[in-house]
Amino acid sequence: MGGYGDVQMIDENGKRVDGRGPGDLRDITIETDVVPVADGSCRMTWGTNEVIVAVYGPMECHPRKLQRQDRAVLDVAYNMAPFSTTDRMRPGFNRRSREISKVTKDALESVVLLELYPRSKIRISIEVLSAEAGTRCVGLTAASVALADAGVPMTDMVVSVASGKINDVVVCDLNKEEDNYGEADLPMGILPNSGQLVFLQMDGDLSQEEFNQAWQYNMDAAQTIHNFMVDSLKGGEA
Amino acid sequence: MNSRPVARLDSMSKKNGAGGPRDRGRAQSLVVPGQDLGESEGQEVGHGVIVMEGRLRATKNGRIRNQGSTVSIEPLHTRYIPRPGDLAIGYIEGCTNNIWFVELGAPFNAILPMSLGPGKVEFGGTRSVMDVGEAILCRVQEVEETHSSVVTMKGMGLRKIRSGVIEEIDPHLLGRLIGKGGESLKRLKEDAECRVIVADNGRMWIDGDLDGILEVRRQLDLMTVESRPIPVGGGH
Repeated sequence: MGGYGDVQMIDENGKRVDGRGPGDLRDITIETDVVPVADGSCRMTWGTNEVIVAVYGPMECHPRKLQRQDRAVLDVAYNMAPFSTTDRMRPGFNRRSREISKVTKDALESVVLLELYPRSKIRISIEVLSAEAGTRCVGLTAASVALADAGVPMTDMVVSVASGKINDVVVCDLNKEEDNYGEADLPMGILPNSGQLVFLQMDGDLSQEEFNQAWQYNMDAAQTIHNFMVDSLKGGEA
Repeated sequence: MNSRPVARLDSMSKKNGAGGPRDRGRAQSLVVPGQDLGESEGQEVGHGVIVMEGRLRATKNGRIRNQGSTVSIEPLHTRYIPRPGDLAIGYIEGCTNNIWFVELGAPFNAILPMSLGPGKVEFGGTRSVMDVGEAILCRVQEVEETHSSVVTMKGMGLRKIRSGVIEEIDPHLLGRLIGKGGESLKRLKEDAECRVIVADNGRMWIDGDLDGILEVRRQLDLMTVESRPIPVGGGH
C-alpha cells in the first residue's frame, strides 16, 4: 500500500500523527431523526468523517422483478458527495460505491428480520458528506442506527470499525494519513451482543499476531461505539 | 486464534444491570434492537421480542411492556400493517383493465378489483373512474399471509375523495389523536369546525374551510412534536 514506507507515523512512545495512542478511537457523535421525511435517519460524525443515512420502508418493492415472495429486500445505496474529498468526487455510482453498497447490504441482511415483510423493500441511502478514512465503517454503523430509528426489526445492531498497521505497529481506527501511507487495513462488522462477525475485509498484509491484535482492537472499540449508538437511540433516557 | 467475543449475552446482562423485565422500576424503559431482556423461561413473547439461545432479545427500538407473563415492545416508530376491516385512505398507484392498485402506506400495495369498486365500471374503463394519484376512502377486505391484500369500496361512506386535504401521522399516534371514547377527536372537530375522518393507516381526510384545516394541521404538528422522545438536534 502507498509505497511511502519510510513516512514516520508513530513515535517510539506509541503516539500517532493526530496525538492518539494505538488503541484510541477518533471522536464520535451520533444523532437520530435528522431527516424528517424519512422513516428513520441518522447523522454520524467520526473524526472528520460525516455521514447521513436515511431509511425508507418497508414499502412496496419496485421494480417488481426484484420482489422476493418470502422476504423483504434491502436496497442499499452508498454515495459520496462531490465535495466530500479534497479531489472532487465525480457524482454518481462507481466501482467503489457499488462494492461498499453490496458489502453493507450483505452485512445488514444478516441482522434485519427480512422474513417479516415478504414482497417488500427497505431503502437505505448512505450519503457521505465529508470523508477522511473508514467511511464504509461509518456508513454501516450509521445505517444500523437509522434502521433501529425506523422501527425495522433486527436481531442486533451492526457496529463497524477498522484497525490497521502503520510502521509495523498495529493501531485502531486509521485516519487519512495512516490509511493512505500505512501497510494494512482491517475493517470489521461486529454484532456487539454476541461478538459475531457479519463483515470482514482486509487490505494489505498482516501476520497472524498482527491480525489477532487488530481483531482485539476492533472488538474492544465495537463495545465503545455500541454504547454511543444505544445512547443516541435512547436520547439520554436510561 | 486467541480472539474472544468481548460481550456475551450473559456478561451483557450483568454489565447493564438488567436482570430482565422482572426488575422493578424498569418496566417502562426504552430498549434498542439486540438488547438482552433476560431469561426466556416462563415468559411469553410479544411484539418486537424474540428468543435467542434461551434468552429474550429486543428487535425494535421502543418501550418495554409487561402484561402478565407477556413481554412486548411498544415501538417508537411503526409502519402501518393492514388488517381486515381497517378503514384506510389510499392512493391509486396504477391500474389494469379490471383492477386498481392502491397504496396504503403499508409495506405492500393492495388491489381493488373492479367488482368491489365504486358503482358500475366498464371493463377497461378503470382509469376513467379513478385515475392514478387520486385518493380513496376504502376498507381492507382481506390480507393473506403472503401479503397480498384486497380493499373494497362497497360500504357506507366509502368513496373517492374529491375535496379537502389529506394529512398523515404515524399510526401509533392514532390512539392519542382519538382519545378515550373519541373525546379528543370530537374536540378537534368542534374547535376547527371541520369534518375529519381518521383512517386506521394514519391518514386523515379533513374537509372544511381553510382556517379550520390550518387549525387541524397545527394540532397535529403539536402532537407529533410532543410524542418525540428524542429532541431533534441532540447528540454528544
